[in-house]
Order: sequence, then structure tokens, then C-alpha cells
Amino acid sequence: MSKHHVTTTINGDPTEFLCGTGETLLDALREQLGLTGSKEGCASGDCGACSVMMNGRLVCSCLVLGVEAQGAEIETIEGVAEGENLHPLQKHFLKEAALQCGICTPGFIVAAKALLERNPNPTETEARYWLAGNLCRCTGYDKIIRAVMNAAAEMRGA
Amino acid sequence: MGNEEKQQSEISKGKYRVVGTRPIRPDGVDKVTGRATFGADFKPADMIYGRVVRSPHAHAVIKSINIEKALKVPGVKAIVTGKDFPDIGPGDIAAGEVVVSFYDMARNVIARDKVLYDGHAVAAVAATSPEAAAQAADLVEVEYKVLKPVMSARDAMAAGAPLLHDDMITQGVTPAPEKPSNVAHRHELKLGDIEAGFAEADEIIELEFNTQTVHQGYIEPHACVASMNADGVANVWCSSQGQFMVRAYTAKLCGLEISKVKVIPAEIGGGFGGKTVVYLEPLAVMLAKKAGRPVKMVMTRDEVLRATGPTSGGFGRCKLGAKKDGTITAADVELTYEAGAFAGSPVALGCMTGTASYDLANMRAVGWDVVVNRPKAAAYRAPGAPVAAFVVESTIDAMADKLGLDPLEMRLKNAAKEGTKAPYGPRFPRIGFVECLEAAKAHPHWTAPLGPNQGRGIAAGFWFNIGLSSSAAIALNEDGTVIVTEGNPDIGGSRASMAMMAAEVLGVEYERVKPLVADTESVPYSDLTGGSRVTFATGMAVTQAAQDLVKQLRERAAKIWDVDPDQVEWRDGQAVAIETDKHKPLSIADIGRMAGKTGGPLSGKANINAQGAGAGFGVHICDVEVDPETGYVSVKRYTAIQDVGTAIHPSYVEGQLQGGAAQGIGWALNEEYIYDKDGRMQNTGFLDYRMPVASDLPMIDTVLVEVPNPTHPFGVRGVGEVPIVPPLAAVANAVSHAIGKRCTDLPLSPPRLLAKIQGKG
Amino acid sequence: MAKVVLPLDAARAFANGEQHLDVDAADVRKLIQALDERYPGIGQRLRTRTAVAIDGEIFQEPYLQTIKPNSEVFFLPAIEGG
Repeated sequence: MSKHHVTTTINGDPTEFLCGTGETLLDALREQLGLTGSKEGCASGDCGACSVMMNGRLVCSCLVLGVEAQGAEIETIEGVAEGENLHPLQKHFLKEAALQCGICTPGFIVAAKALLERNPNPTETEARYWLAGNLCRCTGYDKIIRAVMNAAAEMRGA
Repeated sequence: MGNEEKQQSEISKGKYRVVGTRPIRPDGVDKVTGRATFGADFKPADMIYGRVVRSPHAHAVIKSINIEKALKVPGVKAIVTGKDFPDIGPGDIAAGEVVVSFYDMARNVIARDKVLYDGHAVAAVAATSPEAAAQAADLVEVEYKVLKPVMSARDAMAAGAPLLHDDMITQGVTPAPEKPSNVAHRHELKLGDIEAGFAEADEIIELEFNTQTVHQGYIEPHACVASMNADGVANVWCSSQGQFMVRAYTAKLCGLEISKVKVIPAEIGGGFGGKTVVYLEPLAVMLAKKAGRPVKMVMTRDEVLRATGPTSGGFGRCKLGAKKDGTITAADVELTYEAGAFAGSPVALGCMTGTASYDLANMRAVGWDVVVNRPKAAAYRAPGAPVAAFVVESTIDAMADKLGLDPLEMRLKNAAKEGTKAPYGPRFPRIGFVECLEAAKAHPHWTAPLGPNQGRGIAAGFWFNIGLSSSAAIALNEDGTVIVTEGNPDIGGSRASMAMMAAEVLGVEYERVKPLVADTESVPYSDLTGGSRVTFATGMAVTQAAQDLVKQLRERAAKIWDVDPDQVEWRDGQAVAIETDKHKPLSIADIGRMAGKTGGPLSGKANINAQGAGAGFGVHICDVEVDPETGYVSVKRYTAIQDVGTAIHPSYVEGQLQGGAAQGIGWALNEEYIYDKDGRMQNTGFLDYRMPVASDLPMIDTVLVEVPNPTHPFGVRGVGEVPIVPPLAAVANAVSHAIGKRCTDLPLSPPRLLAKIQGKG
Repeated sequence: MAKVVLPLDAARAFANGEQHLDVDAADVRKLIQALDERYPGIGQRLRTRTAVAIDGEIFQEPYLQTIKPNSEVFFLPAIEGG
């Protein structure tokens, strides 16, 4: 079975990779490109640990085929910080102790960033429903929601 | 670093410089940027991919396994079956420092003559691509003689039930039964005379309860990479709750000496007890041995749910006698837990913990450990205690309702305190249960008004907490920074706690301490991360290692000043000469810089078996609203109160309380294993195995009660397990009050609760 | 003499149902030896997956733990954790 040649943009960089027809974007990121920040928790779109942005839309990369990345703009957790400067969400996750084991954290940060790009001033309920596609088993979500709300406030300049 | 804005915990204020503050965890940046390496993230050169062949049957005899066709798939490098592993005889054997039945463990990792649950491993293949491995796995031909599965403890205990193990004689029964059965153990504990106790009672209540199998639900599936060189040395990279546990079990199951297995711990993406055993590692080692190449194995979620974890479902009964004033005169508890395919449910711990929060003169607890065709139960946060607390705390609540008493006051009236005889015999040392109840009483939540269709529940929980073996070393760098080396995977921020305790003792800034979770060859043996023991026991080791280093620092300063070491004090990170101002104090950096000139490098160490883990108690308050038309329960408000001894890093302590509460809420409301009539699991993904998501929960308020544990240098008590003990009953009691009927069957999922509301359940 | 309390099942299986015993022993290892001499076979049972509480404090690996002459000693199932 020959592989497909995919030309795409990942975290702003032009990128090429080869992938099988049935290979998911998540596997392509992790296996072909070494971007292991996106995690596989379920491979069925239920846990959100593999969340990435694709053409400005939040997707579960386990539900997207690698070949669908052709010509697309992909943003992963590895592209959230700018150089040595953490994104406000990353800073507030650390400050609020919003992670325990940390396996779900990349997905939460990518998903929360997508929320704040759309809605810079979410209510707690809006944040909870937006993030309902991301599972965390350690924290009970309390500190995650606080981190997102605090990051939103900081980004609004509040 | 965050601590300026957040309050230091009460007990630590003014007493400690670092302990009780909230610094950022040392591994934090790696974890928010996706750089941290978890179990599935490691990829050595020349690596190939392993895959497990699993039984589609819940109960069957393996007649034959034919691997000929599978071996012909291009790219296949190795296939192993049970025959490739050494035979280990029955009975408990010590490996490492743990005593377990390796006979059962070996058969759980890979079936030999029989498969005992849907998903039981029967073979494993390794190939150059995941696709080739999958294709080969499909071509492994296993011929089964399918047997009738036994899916519940009730069915397993029925006369004439098919036997999982035809040599299982119930232990703990005298005289020993002559015939085998599915009952592995009977446990019994008693205090006083329950008949006399019931005779004294004004009211007696007896209730029966049912619960279902639930999974730990860690988001990271099991994953490992193993290599084995021609010299017979195996390297295993994996996420687990203990690299030394993985080493001991893998060595034993593969027939290797312990020194021939090196385990390098990856970051662990959640465990909750479920990663205190091995599944993949021995298979990966044997595949790597045959293939001569490193083999990576990663489970799918389906495999995780079908073949790992879970914790026992089962049923229970509680008969309670009380006087009109609420004094409990007797409690008779019977618990039956499903162990899964092999003996060893946590029912004995259920018996020991169920009534432990109360001072009872007369009690009895009987536990039955029953095998069924489900995956072998693994530890899950306070193993055995949540279901026992559900049974007992619900019955106490029903008694309070019947007597017209405040359920909190009734608990306070009977609360265990220092000197109370625990149900398992000994008397409690200083504990903080009464303080937790008082804190609950004083909390605004307890008296807040409730709306229509709402109810409030309260419940308590107890866990022993454990100590065990821990090692730590602290090396001083040339610039005065230090490296703390420990042997316990950081599952929820423990690197921060270790660094904080070291910084406190050494008198240095937290940022100058770098903690390291080392592999099995870089630090002496440490028991696994579990049992709420790491901040307590490994923290004690780190503290002692820091004290050892301080002693040496004082000796070096004494040498430099040419005084007696007794004339040197360690104060705020500096050696200070006492009774003279002749010598300028020497900082840890000064001494570090001169280490070579004054006798060589400096390091402190401690290898201990920590005793005196203080018992932990918690009290949870839960408000729910029930939709009478659908049976849907929404949790409106939740408060978790716990005696935590001393909170080293209060944010991570709060996180333990919040996370445990959330898991308990999931257990109470939605989570359950669903099997079809043939014993095949039907809900093998997160869509149908319904764990709480952010929109299911409110903020979880916490109250850290600090009654310091006298045996720990900073007063630490374990905190990780207590928080999952009260929620099942707290939620069920709240729902019972909301609907005006006693809820005794979990989960309280909408269909089950709607039937109950409509009088059908 | 330390006051020793056996698990019910061990008492029934080995000690004619006698759960409460007075035994003279300086540490847990010697205590188990003494019990095994009195009730052959009980030693193996008490060494397997057992913790010991001495005067209220639980010891998971108790073999060298000292016992005072009037200590209260309970044998318990070993405590695992999650």
C-alpha cells in the first residue's frame, strides 16, 4: 500500500509528511512528525485529549484523516506558546494547579484557546459546556474552569 | 510564583517558609506545552509495534492456538502465547517486596488453559507496522470450547453455578468446604456482641444495596516500550504507579533476575490504583526478546475498559440499631464484592472501613470475595471503602430520617475520636473526624436553603493511609542548587511537594530545588505511588535526606572554620557559627563551591520504611436537583471537607479532594459496566461509559482541616484516597431526600431513577 | 504478656476459635514464632498478606517491630492502596 504525500501547515510552518489512507491526523502528528503533545485517550472523539485546530476549527485529530490535512492550517499544543512566552492559558493552568497528571492538559488548552478566540468573555456555564468534550479524571474540573476564566480575564485586560 | 496571591494554609502560616505555599510545579511547563513524555510518547530507534490478541468469550477453554498464518504476514517479527512464559506455581510468592499470587497474575497477563473474561489476552504479536500487527493478530487462530459465563456475584454463588476455577476452596471458613466454588474468601470482623446491641436499640433498620463494576477511568491508556538485548538485559519504558513494581512483576513473570530488568518511568497519565499492576510489560519484553527489536505496546480505550482495572461491583446489607437520641447500639454489615476473574476483591478492606468513622461497641462485618467472568479487579482509590461507606452511610442516614434527627448531629454523636476502638481492632491515635464534622456544621453550605426537587446529603469516609518503603537522595550542586532524587512517579504534583519539603529543611528557595523521578537503577527501592503514601512516606524520606545533608553541611563549615560541628547551626540556608561572630556565615552555595576542597561532593540520603501514616477522615455535603420527569440528577453544590494533617501544597491537596469527589459522583450517578447475555462488554468507550464532564459538575468547594499527624516531620497525612469514600453515599442521600425515597442501587442513572420515582424500582 | 488478637478465620482454623491470647514475645517475628509453636501452621497464615497494629499504630511490614510487655497486638489484612 503506497502512502499519500500531504503538504500542510503546522503551527505556521510549511510541513510535508507521508501517511496511509486510513491513518488519522493524530497518528500522523505523533508518528510521522513527532508532535506527541496531542494525546490519544479514546480514538473515538469522546475525550478531547487530541484536540487541535484545523482551519480555525476545533477538531479531535483522532477523527480526522491525515490526508485531510492537505492544504490545511493545523495548530497543535506545540504551537500555543510563542517561543519562551507561555500563552495566558498555560500560565493560569500552572498558577491554578489545573493539572494533576497532565495527560488531558494539552487538549484542554487547545480547546480553551478556541473558546476564548470565539468568546473572550464566557460565563462559567459557557466554559463548562464548551469544554464538555474534554475529559479530565484527576481534577473534578474546578481548577481548570478557574484557570480558563482567569486567563480570559487577563486576555480581556480585565 | 503564585504564592503571593494565595493564602498559605493556616497551620503553616508563621511556622514554615515554604510548606503551605502554592508554588508552580517543577514539571508544569513541560505539561502545559505538550513536551512531557508519557507512556505512549517514547520511540526508540528500530522500534516495532505489538498488539494483543484478546478473547471474544467471557468464559471458555482454550483448545488450541495456531500462529502459522499470522507468522506469514509480511513484517511480523514475533508472536507469543502463554506457552512462552515460565510456569509459576500456585500460592503467594514474594517478588521485590510485594507478596502476591503470581500464578493468577501470570494467567491474567496472558491466558493459559482458560479465558475468564471478554478481552482476556491469549496471544501477542509484534510487527514492523501497526497495520501488519493488527492483520497478524486477526490471523492468530484460537479454538475455544465456550462455557457458560458467570457475570454477577449472585449468579456465581448460586448452587450449580459454572466454576471459573475448579480448585477454588473458600478460605476463611472453618471447617474448610470440601467442594470448590466461586467464593474465594470469607472475611469476618467483630466487636462486642451485636445481638445484645440490637436488644438495646429503640429502632432497627435493615437495608440492602447494589452497586456496579466501575473503572478508574484514567485518560492515558496503558502503554510501554520494551527492549531486550542479546545479553538478556531488558529495558522497559512505561507509565505506571511504580517503576519498582513493574520491575518486580515483569522480572517474575518473564523468569528474569531483577537486575536484568531496568524500568524507566514515563510521566503517568492517571492511575487511581489501576496502574499498580502490569498487563503489557511482560508481553512486550517477551516479544522484544523474540524479535530482537524494541517493541511498543499501547492499549486502545476498548482494551482498557475490557481488560484492565476495574473495581468491584457487588451487593451489601446493613442492619443498624440505634437509641432515640441517635446512639448506635449495633451495626451488622455484610458485603459481597466481585473480584473479577481471579480471587482478590477489596472486600476485606470494605469490612474494615465501612463503620470505621464511628465509635461502635457492637459491630460485625462479613465480606465475601467472589470470582466472576469480568476483568480482575485492580486497586481503585481507597480500594473497597467507597461501596462499604455507601452501604453504612446510607443506612445511618435512613436511621437519622426515621428518628427525626439531623444526620450531621447523629454522626457527631457517634464519631470516632482518639482512643476509639476501630472495627478492625486497634484504637485510633489522634484523628480529625470530629473537627471535619464541626467544619461541615459551620459551613454555609450545610444551612443554605434548597429549591424544589432538590435534596441535600451528607456522608463521611475513612481511609487508613499507608507508609511503606521510600528512598530519596539529595545531591548538592556546585552553585548551591540541589537535585532531589526519588523513586515515585509524580501522579498529581508530588515533585512540587518533595521540592518544597527539601527547600524547607535546607532553608533554600523552592526554585533552587530540582526534583527527579529516577529509574530503577538510579535510586534504591521504593514502593509504588499509591495508598496516599507519597507525600507522607517519600516526603519523610526527602525530609530525612535533607536533614542528612544539613548535618554534612554543618560539618563542612566546622572544618572550614576549624570548630566543633556542634558549634555550627544551620539557619535559613546558611551555616552560622554560634557563640562567636568571628566567622561570616557560609551559604549552601559557598559550601557547594568548596565541596571539592573540603572533602569531596556532598549528598544526603534516606532509605526508610515509613511508619505511622495517620488515618484520614472526610465529610462531604452534596446538593442535587432531580428532574421528576426524566430522572436526571444534576449536582448543584458540593463541599468536600477533610483532615489533611498538614497541606504541603494546598492547591494540590484541594485538587485531590475535588478529583476524588468527581470520581465518586460519576460512580454514584452514571458509571457502570454493561454486559450482554454472553458476557461481552457493551460500553467499551467513553461515550457509553459515562464519566463526569465539566458541564456535569459545579465548582467543588473544599475545606482543609489540619490536624497534624504527629509521626510526620511536617504533620502530613495521606490525602488522595479519602475523597472518593463519601461521595457515593453523599449523592445517594441527597437524591433520596430530593425524591422522598431511599435510593439503594447505583448508579442513579436516569432510567433507574425514573423507575424508582415512578414506583417501579 | 502482650494481648494478641487473631483474625477470626485464623483463630477458627488454627486456635480452636480462641481469638484473644496472651503471648510473651519481644517483637512481631518472635510473636509469630511463639504462636506457630502453640498452633502449628498459624505462622504461615499470619505471615501472608498481613499487617499488624501495635497499640493502635498499623505496621505494614512489622517483623522487627518491638512489642512492649502490655502491648495490644492485632493481626489485620494487609492494606493496599489505589
